[in-house]
Amino acid sequence: MIEIQGLTKKYGSFTALDNLNLKVEEGVVFGFVGANGAGKSTTFSILATLLSPTSGDALINGKSVVQEPREVRKQIGYMPDFFGVYDQLKADEYLDFYGASYGLSSSEREVLIPQLLELVNLTGKRYEYVDLLSRGMKQRLCLARSLIHDPKVLILDEPASGLDPRARVEMRDILKHLKSMGKTILISSHILPELAEMCDEIGVIDNGRLIAHGNVATIQAQLQGDKRIIVKVINQLERARAFFEEDPHISSIELIEERNEIAFSYRGKPEDQVKLLQKALLAEIPIYTLTEEEKDLEDVFMAITKGADTE
Amino acid sequence: MMNHFSNPVLLKELKLRFRAFKSFSGLMFYLVVLCIFVAGFLLVYTQFTGTGFFRPSESFAMFAVLSMLQMGLVMFITPGLTAGAISTEREKQTLNILLTTTQSSSQIIIGKLLSSVAFLILLLIAGLPLYSLVFLFGGVSPSQLITIFLLYLLTLIAIGSIGIMFSTITKKTIVSMIATYGAMIFLAGITAFFFFIGMSMEQMSMAQGTSTNQTPFSPITYFWASINPGALMLTILYPDLATSLESLVGISLPIWIVYIIFYCLITILCLTIAIRKLRANMKTNR
Ligand SMILES: Nc1ncnc2c1ncn2[C@@H]1O[C@H](COP(=O)(O)OP(=O)(O)OP(=O)(O)O)[C@@H](O)[C@H]1O
Ligand SMILES: [Mg+2]
Repeated sequence: MIEIQGLTKKYGSFTALDNLNLKVEEGVVFGFVGANGAGKSTTFSILATLLSPTSGDALINGKSVVQEPREVRKQIGYMPDFFGVYDQLKADEYLDFYGASYGLSSSEREVLIPQLLELVNLTGKRYEYVDLLSRGMKQRLCLARSLIHDPKVLILDEPASGLDPRARVEMRDILKHLKSMGKTILISSHILPELAEMCDEIGVIDNGRLIAHGNVATIQAQLQGDKRIIVKVINQLERARAFFEEDPHISSIELIEERNEIAFSYRGKPEDQVKLLQKALLAEIPIYTLTEEEKDLEDVFMAITKGADTE
Repeated sequence: MMNHFSNPVLLKELKLRFRAFKSFSGLMFYLVVLCIFVAGFLLVYTQFTGTGFFRPSESFAMFAVLSMLQMGLVMFITPGLTAGAISTEREKQTLNILLTTTQSSSQIIIGKLLSSVAFLILLLIAGLPLYSLVFLFGGVSPSQLITIFLLYLLTLIAIGSIGIMFSTITKKTIVSMIATYGAMIFLAGITAFFFFIGMSMEQMSMAQGTSTNQTPFSPITYFWASINPGALMLTILYPDLATSLESLVGISLPIWIVYIIFYCLITILCLTIAIRKLRANMKTNR
């Protein structure tokens, strides 16, 4: 559905996108994560035919954004990260204008507008001036606008930025609904947990390069590295430590005496971990609890984007 | 197929324009200026008694000055209407969205231009009743009036195109405004200035007798006169002026021909640039 091929964008000597390759299948919700300035909006602008790539190309439904931008525009609904609205225009007139801009007939628009307003929960604001709507409402209206020509692909640049938690949940529900309608959705954010919840796949972009790509669990595993295990024993801390030290999968053991805990990094298959536990029981190590210190996505994000600051 | 001819930008702009109080107050301002002028003119010519005669020749003088005034007003308003057409969309961040719709660049540019032209035509039509006063007193032929309205139309389309072009190629509305007013002042004022300089130089060389041949020939002076809207207006109002100008510069081509060609060229050039540059970040402008 979306195929990005060696996309490179240079602003003068600065490389904002560096040979980006990506393939997103039809019906997939793809999340694009990256720190500020990573190149998310640049990528989306190129896909939305607002910006020419320095080299490379992107195909949307087989149409090239460089060669056939007009065809691409028919296929995509784009929501920029920052956008404005016309003043003196009411919500239904706003949608009507964009409907006409996509060449829809007035009878088609008449049918579509109430449906779209319903979809984004703005039915009650149909006859209000758009510049007087709240930010979250404008955002939802903009989403409705991007849907007016029934595009197969949605390109949403931080659609949830500036929304309160409730509006975020609402936005997520709308997106789920759109996914169920079979739309391919490309969505960017710098909040990884938020994306993880609604995306099938995630791509992590850093300094214009795609550094990880896959489903949420894969990304987590790929970026997380070793997991850390904490074992709490009742007593015999030293004996427990000596026992764990023997295991080849274990490294960097730490004793936390005041809490009777041993923490260590574990790199091994789940089966090995089972064997280790069985052995520990046989050796009568008085294990009270065993917990896996889970790095949450926030930490993962911090870890992967750390490089950007130091460069 | 109706869709092919309808222009969403034009329709929306018209809707917004007629909804805005600004347009209403602009129209009022325009009419008030014209009314004050006409009333003042009548008072002066009747010696403030309200009983004097008003002869056809005086009626014609009023027609002439009214036409010049209207030309001035139109030239003054057009840049204000068009010089922000694209740049305000850019500043308000609505342009990106507009450019991702399937409208072509030319559709957007033409829509913007036509909506401004439509408003200016409305101004001109609103001023028509004042002209009826002139007709009441006689002395003016309808064909003259039609010619002058065509002159307005061509001039405002050309200046409007200049405004749209500057609005497309500059980032800020304020810069675009300055550039468009600059262009307008050049066409209306600087050309007249150059014309008079050319004329006086011609006269000087004539007086000194340095000119080798006695028939004058100064195409550049002629050119300055021919692209000046005021000059063309005067030659339409007073055809005698046209002949004397032609003999002064030694070129017998009527200046309206050059005027039409020049202003059409400006329009085409500016609109082409605007259409090309609208999607400036794209290599192709489709
Ligand atoms: N018009 C431009 N001229 C020069 N540099 C630019 C331009 N637009 C973007 N950049 C640079 O390109 C890089 C990528 O910008 P981009 O907007 O794609 O980042 P982003 O991932 O969307 O960031 P954010 O999370 O802040 O929205 C940034 O370093 C930015 O400074
Ligand atoms: Mg961005």
